[in-house]
Amino acid sequence: MCECCNGQTDIYLPQMATITKRKMLTDTEVYMHLEMDCGQDLAYQPGQFVEVSLAGIGEAPISISSSPTQKGLELVVRNVGSLTRAIHKLQPGDKLGIRGPYGATYPIEEAKGRNLVFICGGIGLVPQRSFIRYALDHRGDYGKIIVLVGTKTYSMRLFCDEIALWHKRTDMKVLETIDEAHEQWHGNVGVVTTLIPKIENELAGSLVLVCGPPIMYKFVLISLADAHVSTENIYVNLERRMKCGVGKCGHCQINDKYVCQDGPVFRFSELALVPEAI
Amino acid sequence: MSVRKFTSQQFDEFVSAMLKTGRPVIAPQAKDDRFAFGPLSSPADLRLDYDVTILPPKKYVLPQVEPLLEFEVFGPYQSVYEGKPMILLGVHPYDLAAILQTDELFRQGYYDKHYMDRRKQITIIALDVVRPSINVFASSMGTATISKGYDILLTVLKDGSILADAATDKGQELLRLAGASAPASEADLKARKAVWDYNAAGLNKHVLLCKPSFLPKLLEQHYNHPVWEEKARLCYSCGSCNMVCPTCYCFDVQDQVDWNLKNGQRARCWDGCLLEHFAVVAGNHNFRKERSARFRHRLYRKGKYVPAKIEGEIACVGCGRCITACTAKIANPVDVYNRLIQDTQLG
Repeated sequence: MCECCNGQTDIYLPQMATITKRKMLTDTEVYMHLEMDCGQDLAYQPGQFVEVSLAGIGEAPISISSSPTQKGLELVVRNVGSLTRAIHKLQPGDKLGIRGPYGATYPIEEAKGRNLVFICGGIGLVPQRSFIRYALDHRGDYGKIIVLVGTKTYSMRLFCDEIALWHKRTDMKVLETIDEAHEQWHGNVGVVTTLIPKIENELAGSLVLVCGPPIMYKFVLISLADAHVSTENIYVNLERRMKCGVGKCGHCQINDKYVCQDGPVFRFSELALVPEAI
Repeated sequence: MSVRKFTSQQFDEFVSAMLKTGRPVIAPQAKDDRFAFGPLSSPADLRLDYDVTILPPKKYVLPQVEPLLEFEVFGPYQSVYEGKPMILLGVHPYDLAAILQTDELFRQGYYDKHYMDRRKQITIIALDVVRPSINVFASSMGTATISKGYDILLTVLKDGSILADAATDKGQELLRLAGASAPASEADLKARKAVWDYNAAGLNKHVLLCKPSFLPKLLEQHYNHPVWEEKARLCYSCGSCNMVCPTCYCFDVQDQVDWNLKNGQRARCWDGCLLEHFAVVAGNHNFRKERSARFRHRLYRKGKYVPAKIEGEIACVGCGRCITACTAKIANPVDVYNRLIQDTQLG
């Protein structure tokens, strides 16, 4: 919630925001830059999400992809349902309703002075990018920054231009892989876990931040356990159907946790007694 | 104000006076061979002797469909508050216990102004149970009688007279509408105590073999118990247990566009964790795909998850509606909890 809206009393009432930039990242993912119509930036932290709505179609939780160190709000929306299909048709100047921000953040304080390893699968790069950019904008506060990016196919890669810039930086390390070989791809082929041995030496003492599709967690977490990474040092960013965003509607509940309140970012050791989590 | 005593005729006059205020009076009435809460038009339709209603009075606190916002398509939104002053008459203690839990859940954390605004306008006249229903187990859950949360508490005595005990200003104000009544005598209060004592033990068609406060601990030990699969094997995933439950409050939110395709409403509507789609996310991944996982989730919510949010109070009030509503006859919480108790190693 932006500062001027703090007096707002209806937790379900969206604030209007205007799309200022729009770009298709892939055939199915659109990138949007938004500004709140009230003129204030949303007071969010990396890892949080907003409820995005289009009156007449509906509302859905969407991860924030920008860092609070930037102006405005960046979202990446995959075209998978009626709401996201409608959002894909919007152009700069069009408006969206925004509620939030909601949820727990990445451990930006705890991570200070530590090495950060981001393991991103597919659209999982979107929320991770918020913390990656935040850490790059506070570069002196963090140790090494290592980003592993796994994507299913060549054409589904996200933020290609930005990743190209990351590759050029000397103060971070980026490794990419795609699951299916492609003639224009000369890099690593295989699932994201195939990148883990390449950075195994960097894992000790690092904070490892994981976000990707449900199946990816299982394999990444096994690989990290094999590499003796303590569950205390792993953070996962979970996806659920966070319908209300405010801990009421029940849809995002995993055992006794509400993903919209207790997550979506969880320290993995805190999920030890939450069998529904992964 | 002292406790007032009404003859049944005097009570009818009191009900008529309430109806004349113009405020809707919602009360239990016969519906075929069962009972339902609905708007009352005449004292003759009021059934203080009802055993249990098909749906809990929750539907007047958290309606099946409740508009939250109005909008122009693609345009901005405006909050809608539909609540109006209302008298909810004849609420059994177990249903009131459930409403009080729901009040707390919508109040805590993010304050739900829609729920709270509606709720604040409702005057509750509770009613001690006259006739136990076939599946009630409120005595097991400690909700067969209640000492808080009502504006007026009614108790029907054996001779058919009715005691009315106003507990709030709202309740006293309402009682002032009543015509003739007498102060309750010592003997009347004794008779009322006898009703409470009887109900405290007598509304117990299914007997839970532990104190309700033990349920969170019990459940901690039995997440992988075979009972979840055994029961859920017969589950139709119809969600009836959720829909009739006075403590279920999960909801979905949907946009409805008017015929003119210009205006519309965003409304919340009841949802149920037993329904297959409940935990589906975009792309059709279902995070609670197995029936047994959904079946277990409901009983964990009642016995462990929700209690953690409301100071340990168990989110099953023993109304027995789910037992009656379940086609497959698997929904009885007492059956499941007792089975777990039998398989618990003590010490």
